[in-house]
Amino acid sequence: MAKIILPELSEGIHKATVSYWYFKTGEKVAEKDDLVELVTDKASFNLPSPCSGTLSEIIAPEGTTVKPGDILGAIED
Amino acid sequence: MGLKIIDLGLVDFNEAWAKQRELFKDVLAGSPDNALLICRHLPVITLGRSAKKINILVSLEKLRSKGIAVYEVSRGGDVTYHGPGQLTVYPILNLNLFRKDIHWFLRLLEGWIISYLTEFGITGERINGLTGVWVGKSKLASIGISVKNWITLHGFSINIKNDDLKNFSLIKPCGMDIMMTSVESESAKTISMELAKARLISSLGVRLPLYF
Repeated sequence: MAKIILPELSEGIHKATVSYWYFKTGEKVAEKDDLVELVTDKASFNLPSPCSGTLSEIIAPEGTTVKPGDILGAIED
Repeated sequence: MGLKIIDLGLVDFNEAWAKQRELFKDVLAGSPDNALLICRHLPVITLGRSAKKINILVSLEKLRSKGIAVYEVSRGGDVTYHGPGQLTVYPILNLNLFRKDIHWFLRLLEGWIISYLTEFGITGERINGLTGVWVGKSKLASIGISVKNWITLHGFSINIKNDDLKNFSLIKPCGMDIMMTSVESESAKTISMELAKARLISSLGVRLPLYF
């Protein structure tokens, strides 16, 4: 299982809000697919899938505020 | 690595968005060329990912009767207005080649705009925590970006003409009670969009090669 972790974004950005999951739990994803979109006050950015597999869990649903290092979800082989 | 500057002229928001997507796909596929799209928009209100519809202060029917379109878009930020009296710039830049840092990129755009404004004798400023370029307490340029695979989309708008400013009263820009200002207001001169655009291209032409 691979955890989906929010990486360091930038020196000045310490939190972001999950705005959109491109997949639902149980759906197949491929490595580098757009997986989840996050927003700060002036920027939106996507997080690509770290590996191929099935999105098994969404820990941070849309609307959740997260910080770098937080686990957003998980992908199973 | 090169930089293409593309002038789209006066276009509908969706036409410029389609062009952004096309250039984005080229960069994603490995094209070494970054791009700057420069355009003026037909009147449009756009809602960013954090937008609240309550920040549009009039009915959709009223907007339609004024010929103002409304679109939901994938940039960060709340609600904003674009019109033909602004210069809107969409940098499609591969930050993998520069610095993978969103905060840095937002400050870089502010720096470009502040430098451009000096050509009109205007001193633009940053306000900590409020992205954009300000003159006193009024906002002269707005920024809203999207970053996918560290390639940038969307960008910034600089208010040039006074005429368009009245349409900001139809919304609560960025969800805040702020005054908007323009290059014409701050320089107390009538400025043609052609002159404003020519100066923008020459200004960016001086600053951008520092990065390429």
